[in-house]
Amino acid sequence: MVNDSAKIRVENLKAWYGQREVVHGISFDVHPNEIFGIIGPAQSGKTTLLKTLNRTLEFTSGSRMQGLVEMDGQDVYNIKDVYGYRRRVGMVAPLPVGLPLSIYDNVAFAPRSFGLKDKDTLDELVQKCLEQAALWDEVKDRLDSLGTKLSGGQQQRLTIARALSHQPEVLCLDEFSIAIDPVTTMKIEDVLMELRESMTIILVTNLIQQARRLAKRTMFLLNGDLVEEGDTEKMFSGDAANPKTNEFVSGAFG
Amino acid sequence: MNNSQKFTATSFTRSKETREKWVRYLMFVVTLLMALPVILLISYLVHKALPVLSLEFITDIPRNQMSAGGIWPAVLGTIYLVALSLMVAAPVGVMAGVYLNEYAKDNWFTRLINLAVINLAGVPSIVHALFGLGAFVLFAGLGESVIAASLTLAVMTMPVVITSTREALSAVPMSFREASWNMGVSRWQTIRGVVLPNSVSGILTGVILEVSRAAGETAPIMITGATASLTFRQGETVYYLLGEKFMALSYHLYYFSTQWTPPRLLLDEGTGEMLPMTQAAIEHAEAIPYGTAVVLLGVVLLFNSLSIAFRYYLRTHRKW
Repeated sequence: MVNDSAKIRVENLKAWYGQREVVHGISFDVHPNEIFGIIGPAQSGKTTLLKTLNRTLEFTSGSRMQGLVEMDGQDVYNIKDVYGYRRRVGMVAPLPVGLPLSIYDNVAFAPRSFGLKDKDTLDELVQKCLEQAALWDEVKDRLDSLGTKLSGGQQQRLTIARALSHQPEVLCLDEFSIAIDPVTTMKIEDVLMELRESMTIILVTNLIQQARRLAKRTMFLLNGDLVEEGDTEKMFSGDAANPKTNEFVSGAFG
Repeated sequence: MNNSQKFTATSFTRSKETREKWVRYLMFVVTLLMALPVILLISYLVHKALPVLSLEFITDIPRNQMSAGGIWPAVLGTIYLVALSLMVAAPVGVMAGVYLNEYAKDNWFTRLINLAVINLAGVPSIVHALFGLGAFVLFAGLGESVIAASLTLAVMTMPVVITSTREALSAVPMSFREASWNMGVSRWQTIRGVVLPNSVSGILTGVILEVSRAAGETAPIMITGATASLTFRQGETVYYLLGEKFMALSYHLYYFSTQWTPPRLLLDEGTGEMLPMTQAAIEHAEAIPYGTAVVLLGVVLLFNSLSIAFRYYLRTHRKW
């Protein structure tokens, strides 16, 4: 499984909340500039897995992890500048979170926090991120109104714009579409296809068809175990190696 | 049972309606009764205080062995107490609240501190007074003074500030913090940029309630520095040094209603003779404690309504 060109390499990753082990030693690679799908029912460890990737699991009290997470061949748990590292990984949560700041400040918050003060550069960055998230046209005339007053779908795109604001190399989306309508979902999916040119995308999704539309390779997690990882098309055409995968994608459980 | 019978009132539904009505009336009357003591209290106090109530009563110094004049030194003492105890309790309390809510891990040490905070809030104020006497007046050598009394009040009110700060902070959704952390923003930057701006009115509400409590407390100050009467000369600017004894509204009220007796003879400034008090002067003197109570109540209500205004602002300007 060792792949030197991997953007992210995870080996034998385990994670605990208190005494409860929720991820039981999984290993996988994510290639540069691909969309990597992660599917699985609730409680399968998907969100925890993402949290270990950007080192935010440590914010949950009582949690710990074990195993290797590498980005560009570097052990991320040995990186001293943890804030700098988190900036390299963009994270989009399942429910849209508009910070109670203006739309502009929502996007400019992270760049400002690591020292970007120049007004013109900020303006440019905010516009670029909002454009990339397909939100610019809808909000360009009211950048100073509250981000929390946007509709759910707009807030989710604002969340994506915010995740792009720190110019990440990897973008993780955690079930980004559960709170938004199908039209907006399709809009964001188009955005993702474009973003793939410039970054690596990890897409956790409950919509099996979404993984099929977007991801080249997909990983199926079940109760914290890696059931199967491989070519999406193969996995979804009823040709999966593990019968459980076939059952899940055909809707027999989950 | 045919259709017309289905919706006619049976004796059962009738009795149910009657009970419903009675219960509602009962609740209404009880609610009214609750408001009654407040109305009675305030109108009784104001009625009794009418002979002395004026702006001068607040701004004048006591005269004629406190049987006339105003209560300005006491008002000023209360302002000193509130301001000084606030200067200590607010920053310490808010910082402790921020630490406990934002940084502290859930371990035995944090739980111990929480337990201490809760218990500190439940300690009777007279016990705080004894603590203040031991710690500030005697051990720290501050003597019976404004500063010792203020510190005692600060210790007493700190748990309230800590608790209300924590409540205000935990009202800010966790998802805001996570969103911010995910972007490589540090905890402190998150607190400063997202958490505090959205909890500051809640925190202020707690701080103001603390102030109104500090203004009204008597026990903690009476053995740590408050005194019943200080003599001020006509036209002299009233101020206290931090190490001096002081007058305060609550203690003034306590002293007047329990220990003060009108002087038998007063110096008549015109003739220089000692003359007995007139009946009118005695009546005026007897109204002074009521006037003091009205002023104290006014101060407390003023602070409370400020905190209500903040809460209202908080509700109407919620950003999420």
